[in-house]
Amino acid sequence: MTAIGPTSDTVLYVNGVTKVFDGFRALNNLSLVLRPGEMRAIIGPNGAGKTTMMDVITGKTRPDTGQVVFDADTDLTKLDEPAIAQLGIGRKFQKPTVFEHHTVWDNLLLSLAGDRAPGFALFARQTKAERERIEGILRTVRLMEHRNRRGGDLSHGQKQWLEIGMLLAQEPKLLLVDEPVAGMTDHETAQTAELLREINRTRSVVVVEHDMDFVRALGVRVTCLHEGSVLSEGTIDHVSADPKVVEVYLGR
Amino acid sequence: MSRLAATLTIACVLGSALLLIVLNQATPPGSAAHVSTYAVSLAGKYLSYAMLALAVDLVWGFAGILSLGHAAFFALGGYAMGMYLMRQIGTRGVYANPDLPDFMVFLNWHELPWYWWGFNWFPVAVLAALLVPGILALVFGWLAFRSRVTGVYLSIITQALTYALLLAFFRNDMGFGGNNGLTDFKDMLGGISLQSDATRCGLLLATAILLSAAFLLTRAMVLSRYGKVLVAVRDAESRTRFLGYRPERYKLVAWVVSAMIASIGGALYVPQVGIINPGEFAPANSIEAVIWVAIGGRGTLSGAILGAVLVNFGKTLFTGALPELWLFALGGLFIAVTLFLPNGIIGLLPRRKDAAVDEPEQPPVLTTSEAAAREVTS
Ligand SMILES: Nc1ncnc2c1ncn2[C@@H]1O[C@H](COP(=O)(O)OP(=O)(O)O)[C@@H](O)[C@H]1O
Ligand SMILES: [Mg+2]
Repeated sequence: MTAIGPTSDTVLYVNGVTKVFDGFRALNNLSLVLRPGEMRAIIGPNGAGKTTMMDVITGKTRPDTGQVVFDADTDLTKLDEPAIAQLGIGRKFQKPTVFEHHTVWDNLLLSLAGDRAPGFALFARQTKAERERIEGILRTVRLMEHRNRRGGDLSHGQKQWLEIGMLLAQEPKLLLVDEPVAGMTDHETAQTAELLREINRTRSVVVVEHDMDFVRALGVRVTCLHEGSVLSEGTIDHVSADPKVVEVYLGR
Repeated sequence: MSRLAATLTIACVLGSALLLIVLNQATPPGSAAHVSTYAVSLAGKYLSYAMLALAVDLVWGFAGILSLGHAAFFALGGYAMGMYLMRQIGTRGVYANPDLPDFMVFLNWHELPWYWWGFNWFPVAVLAALLVPGILALVFGWLAFRSRVTGVYLSIITQALTYALLLAFFRNDMGFGGNNGLTDFKDMLGGISLQSDATRCGLLLATAILLSAAFLLTRAMVLSRYGKVLVAVRDAESRTRFLGYRPERYKLVAWVVSAMIASIGGALYVPQVGIINPGEFAPANSIEAVIWVAIGGRGTLSGAILGAVLVNFGKTLFTGALPELWLFALGGLFIAVTLFLPNGIIGLLPRRKDAAVDEPEQPPVLTTSEAAAREVTS
């Protein structure tokens, strides 16, 4: 595929994607376009297909039909998870998943962009550049004091941040973040919104979130999914005033 | 694992082997301090088992692959060594056939099967002991890990692997001595008698040295960045994939190295016990090896060695007195350790906080403030 036509000037181009699980349409002719540098918030009731959409983009799930194009010219439906990750797409899961037995430092070390071959890892030594990079990320995700604690010993909110830090370490072009503030205090939620805006200065971001205050705090374009397709798209005020959205989601 | 723990482990392995050797060689039989040659070989057998345990721990403790078929690799190494020792018998067999081992003459075979060629040379046997299990592990692991077979399903196919080999090696027409296996060995390495005290001492020393080397190798592996990824795969395999790692490759490296270590253990075992037969492929043997590791301390390489030696020492004592009750005792011990000592016997020793991942590299704090400038942008 070449960079002409509809995919040009997009970092993510999802077109007509359908995924059926045992007769259930989790994604139904879903289309979504993300411009380079854009941050997009995705809302929608439980079961709307938000996580499945991320599964399709990251190679965990193959769509039945439709196009998923990264960076204007790379067809993601042909690639598996490690290949897609190495292209520059990072993913944060709904349930925080960090390496519980490793320290915060090692979690970040293993996430740093670089050679992923066992032969490299067997002989790799930590370089000064790597250490500096990790220091920078620790600062960004506010875990400076926790570098030597094990991932499993962190609080829920700290795990969420560590996982975001691990994404940053990958140096992705596009970050997919699934419900980052679920279970966070108001203060942590506000800090996370700030963190995502900071990240968005250099990277494209897709955030799935239920928390409307959080989405409002992000101040970005919003897409509302329902039953596997786009119900409404626009500013938060536009979407939350849309009668269709009110009916399926906000009105409950 | 701290440097101290590693040094202690090697000191114990080499030290106890040397002590037994000295007490065997330097004291007259009958004196109170004398150690019998039988005891020397018994110790050698325990240390061979310890190599099997080390191999199991590398894949189970650090990669989360619960192999219930590792004795297959041990037995294959044993057969490679057994074939070499068979060829050394030469014309001293019952049939005095210069070209064929006794069991082949008995089966009315007239020529040596091609896969026995070269086994009169020690280096060929060593190469076979490394390559045959290595290649088998490579093919098996590649298929299993690539298909993302994990957990109990993987354990079951490892049992199937060793069971299939058990059945195959039982067959006379396979050319490995069938039911009886390979035995009646005479000497090795150009006429060194296997019955002599000095040879038995030499074999114990060789086992202790190779066990120490295997320990150092696996330790270096688990302490490296590779080892950290392996533990990450063990704990959150799909996360590693979304970070761009291919877990199947990491598992495969550990799996193949582990198979080769188990195989060397088997190759050292055979000259010390004097026989290899298909019973070594019995699924129960592989399960026992897992129990040694659990009892000693999964995810701690020293624990695997300790578990293998202690349990087998216990087995020797126990089977002398109450042979029919041994399996019950082992089962009971396993349950007790699982319930009360989740980190095994080694978990009882004073040590640093984390048993499973060993000491993390201490990240040095940056002395300059330049890191502050390096935010997400870089
Ligand atoms: N692997 C799967 N197999 C079967 N059904 C699935 C699978 N993944 C998701 N689903 C179904 O697809 C629907 C959408 O799920 P999901 O994408 O997780 O929704 P959301 O993240 O918006 O809450 C749900 O009804 C879910 O049960
Ligand atoms: Mg979801």
